[in-house]
Amino acid sequence: MDWMAWTWPTAVFFVIIASLLITFTILAIKFPETPRVGVLGIETTRGDRLFITLLGSAFINLAWLGLTDITQWAALGICLAYAAAVFRWV
Amino acid sequence: MQEKTVNHKAWFLVLPVLVLVAFSAVIPLMTVVNYSIQDTFGNNQFFWVGLEWFEEMLASDRMWNALGRQLLFSGIILAIEIPLGIFIALNMPKRGFWASFCLVLMSLPLLIPWNVVGTIWQIFGRVDIGLLGYTLKAIGVDYNYTNDALDAWITVIVMDVWHWTSLVALLAYAGLQSIPDAYYQAAKIDQASRWSVFRYIELPKMAGVLMIAILLRFMDSFMIYTEPFVVTGGGPGNATTFLSIDLVKMATGQFDLGPAAAFSLMYFLVILLISWVFYTVMTNLDRREG
Repeated sequence: MDWMAWTWPTAVFFVIIASLLITFTILAIKFPETPRVGVLGIETTRGDRLFITLLGSAFINLAWLGLTDITQWAALGICLAYAAAVFRWV
Repeated sequence: MQEKTVNHKAWFLVLPVLVLVAFSAVIPLMTVVNYSIQDTFGNNQFFWVGLEWFEEMLASDRMWNALGRQLLFSGIILAIEIPLGIFIALNMPKRGFWASFCLVLMSLPLLIPWNVVGTIWQIFGRVDIGLLGYTLKAIGVDYNYTNDALDAWITVIVMDVWHWTSLVALLAYAGLQSIPDAYYQAAKIDQASRWSVFRYIELPKMAGVLMIAILLRFMDSFMIYTEPFVVTGGGPGNATTFLSIDLVKMATGQFDLGPAAAFSLMYFLVILLISWVFYTVMTNLDRREG
């Protein structure tokens, strides 16, 4: 595994992503849901909303990094607010 | 009627695919993420640098210029290949020997490997021995793709159009074939013009496959590497250095693994975003039609 050059932060990052995927898979099996149409005008399920959240968060973080000098943790705060908005309205 | 048996052991049949995807995509991607926040001087020694490479890449003109060239390239080839493909499909014979003949003929460029296409055009365009380059020179056109940026762009674009318009044409043709004759008969009764038939019957019926064509062509052109690399090597200067060419130069040419990893992750995110947009549009189109 040496060649993969693991670090603790990246390991934690992937563990979080993996646990999110597992949690949402279990949720989908235990509590199946019907897709709904939100503000984007497209049908989304919980899984879709998770994908939109993760992808959007990546862009929020990049934009924060490129445009500001403020600590990156602030971007995490924005991402959490964004996630809440996505799960509520998308 | 026999009831379907539910056997969860069937999930094990998916395992080979999972293993394959893990080794071909997931593990390399994880490695790239790990590289993107570290620096290395080789010898498998890595040093933590945090988000430095991402910051450097976001502020680098080199990446933004390559992205600009990439978008311009994809935009131009889409603007040519999609209308041209539709036009060819509309004019292809509908049935009989010539229909099959056209289909086979159109498929030929699609069967040629990328590097061979690159080599064909690299030689074809040479002013000393290539048919195209030599002819252009003979009739007095100042064409030289090795030292003129515009000529290099034209060559790369014409090459892509030559290679891939068939795909659009074949997809559009398949879309056209699925339209029942009754639609055309009704249009005839209404004395619809050729344009109206195209606008209100053929185009809507082709929308689904055209969406697939646009998606495929956009993604393919956005990730294009081999053909321009073989023809121009990214030159003259950096004129045809598209994202993937730049990325490979950075990663394996300069051995800047960290910045290249950050670069490729951003490249990957853009592709993921565009794929998702196209996928969403496509599934919504299907739903509306279905």
